[in-house]
Amino acid sequence: MADLRINFAGIKSPNPFWLASAPPTNSGAQIHRAFEAGWGGAVWKTIGAPVLNVSNRYGAWHHGRQRMLAINNVELISDRPLEVNLREIVEIKRAWPDRAVIVSAMVESKPEAWKDIVRRIEDTGADGIELNYGCPHGMSERGMGAAVGQVPEYCEQITRWVMDVATVPVIVKLTPNVTNIVLPARAAVAAGASGISLINTINSICGVDLDTLELTPSIGGKGGHGGYAGPAVKPIALNMLASLGTDEIVSKSGIPISGMGGIATWADAAQFLLLGASSLQVCTTVMHYGYRVIEDLCDGLSNWMDEKGFKTIADVTGRSLNRVSEFKNFDLSFRAVARIDADKCIKCNLCYIACNDTAHQCIDLVSHEGAIVEPQSYDVRSNGKHDAVETRPRPVVREEDCVGCRLCYNVCPVDNCIQMVELPSGRSAVTWGELSQQQTQVTEDWEAMEAYREKVGIHIH
Amino acid sequence: MELEVKDAGKALAEQLPSLTPNAAAVEADRCLFCYDAPCTHACPTHINIPRFIKKIATGNLRGSAATIFASNLLGATCARVCPVQELCEGACVLGSDHKPIAIGRLQRFAMDYAREHNSYPAVTATPSGKSIAVIGAGPAGLSCSGELAMMGHAVTIFEKSKMPGGLSTYGIIALREPIEVALEETRMVEGMGVKIKTGVEIGKDISPATLQNEFDAVVLSVGLARTPGLGIAGEEAVVDGLEFIEASKVAAAKLSVGRNVIVIGAGNTAVDCATIAKRLGAELVTMVYRRTDREMSCYEHEYDFARKEGIDFRFLSQPSRVVLKDGLPVGLECLRVELGAPDASGRPAPAPVEGSEFVLAADQIIKAVGQNKLTLAALLGLETRKGFITVDANFRTNVAGVYAIGDCIRSSGVASTVMAVEDGKLAAAAIHQQIVQRAAPVEVN
Repeated sequence: MADLRINFAGIKSPNPFWLASAPPTNSGAQIHRAFEAGWGGAVWKTIGAPVLNVSNRYGAWHHGRQRMLAINNVELISDRPLEVNLREIVEIKRAWPDRAVIVSAMVESKPEAWKDIVRRIEDTGADGIELNYGCPHGMSERGMGAAVGQVPEYCEQITRWVMDVATVPVIVKLTPNVTNIVLPARAAVAAGASGISLINTINSICGVDLDTLELTPSIGGKGGHGGYAGPAVKPIALNMLASLGTDEIVSKSGIPISGMGGIATWADAAQFLLLGASSLQVCTTVMHYGYRVIEDLCDGLSNWMDEKGFKTIADVTGRSLNRVSEFKNFDLSFRAVARIDADKCIKCNLCYIACNDTAHQCIDLVSHEGAIVEPQSYDVRSNGKHDAVETRPRPVVREEDCVGCRLCYNVCPVDNCIQMVELPSGRSAVTWGELSQQQTQVTEDWEAMEAYREKVGIHIH
Repeated sequence: MELEVKDAGKALAEQLPSLTPNAAAVEADRCLFCYDAPCTHACPTHINIPRFIKKIATGNLRGSAATIFASNLLGATCARVCPVQELCEGACVLGSDHKPIAIGRLQRFAMDYAREHNSYPAVTATPSGKSIAVIGAGPAGLSCSGELAMMGHAVTIFEKSKMPGGLSTYGIIALREPIEVALEETRMVEGMGVKIKTGVEIGKDISPATLQNEFDAVVLSVGLARTPGLGIAGEEAVVDGLEFIEASKVAAAKLSVGRNVIVIGAGNTAVDCATIAKRLGAELVTMVYRRTDREMSCYEHEYDFARKEGIDFRFLSQPSRVVLKDGLPVGLECLRVELGAPDASGRPAPAPVEGSEFVLAADQIIKAVGQNKLTLAALLGLETRKGFITVDANFRTNVAGVYAIGDCIRSSGVASTVMAVEDGKLAAAAIHQQIVQRAAPVEVN
């Protein structure tokens, strides 16, 4: 059995899964139930400045019949009185000493306000504090949340105010609504933060109601951008996580990162760990299915770790970061082609149309007799399942023309039917970075490029 | 003794419920949206099935119905009566390791929407000034008429029966297609400008010559006639299967059903008769067939359905006499049959064994052993083959301006509604081309 315990900047929890600061961590009663279900920790829904909320706060992005691939919200920080929250934090920490209780905070950008809230949180016995520099709506209009996270200097300044007084670990939560996530992360490092967490929610408008022409959700006829989260944002979160893990300043600082943004399954969780997270935060899938999802998150992660021989979470953290690179470092001579397993192929011919219309026209439809045929070439009077099935052509890749774009692989509805097979290209390995240094002309001039291609044998169809 | 039918409406109610909007959407989303899809190839009318299903998934039901009508005006009937296992669903790529998409039921969902919202094809063509007579308001005739109307031609259908719809109205058991669905489809075709005159029989109420003189083309979609005779003693006490089904559709409450019913035959109509008898209260229903289950002409899924309904089978039995008591049937005498070498149909020839008579008890005997051909062909001087009207690839008979479609030309293969619909569509295109060409000769190099 893998050991799922973590020690994140001094904050210990029995497993790496924390509920993110959000509606699932709104009250002591909820967190009590979450801990009963097995959650390793919880980041209390942000406390701080007084707020009022609105109705119709959550929108969602559904695709097909799959509901809530993402949620968007205009809910603000906790609207429960500060005193009530603080009292419940005390009670929860007392009842669950082995769980991580972190309190998210956001107050006006004044040193006194921050110092005051830090002291009050520390008085509760909480294990750590998370600074909410990410809330993209409402609070940002008041100069808090994302308004701080989007300006590295503000991040650094406020974090310093907090670090001056804090005795418990402090995590800086970053907003993804920036052009370069590395800069606010460096600011947190510079200010001496104990940890970083990312990503907060993404600015979004969920949709427009086609009957009323109002935004969805409509708040008395109006709508606006809200924070976007859930499975649909995972690739964005992974990219931001990896860019911190590969940034020299951030990675050398050794600051631990709490990853979040679309973790719905143990497999998602494993990917966040592999790209550098050492604690994980979860929200949307819990808002969809309840706290019970923790069971498979832990069970699935543990089974995968056992299978792979990983003993601890620390063994997994960052294991794929050495695979993160840039285009200029990719081997231009690496060659892969698509190969369709004729036995597995169900002849939906989605690969054919995707390749033919939108990729590189290297899949043919081949008849039983081995001839290349056009689609819809059957006679209008031909019908019945036998005609349709027996005369149906199958897709075959012309490997010599395949550029290895991998679109067909992505489109194919059958597991392991299309494989990307590595073939020798007959060329020695070279990257764009090397080319631009060693043969600058080739990378700047089309004629030189064509001559180079001719020389090494790269033929574009 | 015959049973009084209680609540025939419930017993014969449409077997499959409509899909709920949610069930339809879930099923539609399961469709892979195959390119050049095999379901479309397998459909005799080549409905663009992935397209209409995708439109259900996106909530464009009006477009979904229009997609179906573009290839098949009788989509509502076909959704219910098509042997989908042999056609579209049988060809679904998901069938191999999963479950085929419920194409028939999704089509019905889109067609129900069309009916509820009166979302039917609109005729926008300029009137051509040409008029066409269609004889018979069954699926082939309705399809052909609707397609011709869409091309701007004035179409009149002459129908012998009281109600239009042909077998959809009278011959498909209500379990599969309620009569209202068939009649609504005829109303849709009327809405496209087609005149339907019912209760008019050619050769009796109107002469063939009149038709040929008054119309630019005549299309025969007359189907087939009643069940042929068995040629056995006591036959007068045997019920015609088609009449039995017809009665179950138009007056089920008055239909007489025995307690112990024998159905002679093993085709789809025989299964239908047996099903109705069982559903309307018969205690024992036995299908008697002279060959075995391997040679039955009904679809495999129909045979499975019949067995699930609790219908018994007596194979290798050749009826030889109806046993009567006071003029009423009390049994069916049969001879045991042995199968010999293949006959003209390719199936083993049944050879009754002399002296092997045995009697099966029955108080009602129904025959469903195929259909006779109509005599109309002779009246019009048409060439026939085995009684079926002979046509060329464009559905032209040997008489100029006279076309024939549907079951009356189906000398080989399985006669089905969807094939009749496709005949109507192809014939309409051929007729259009010919009469338009005749009107405005195209210059030929």
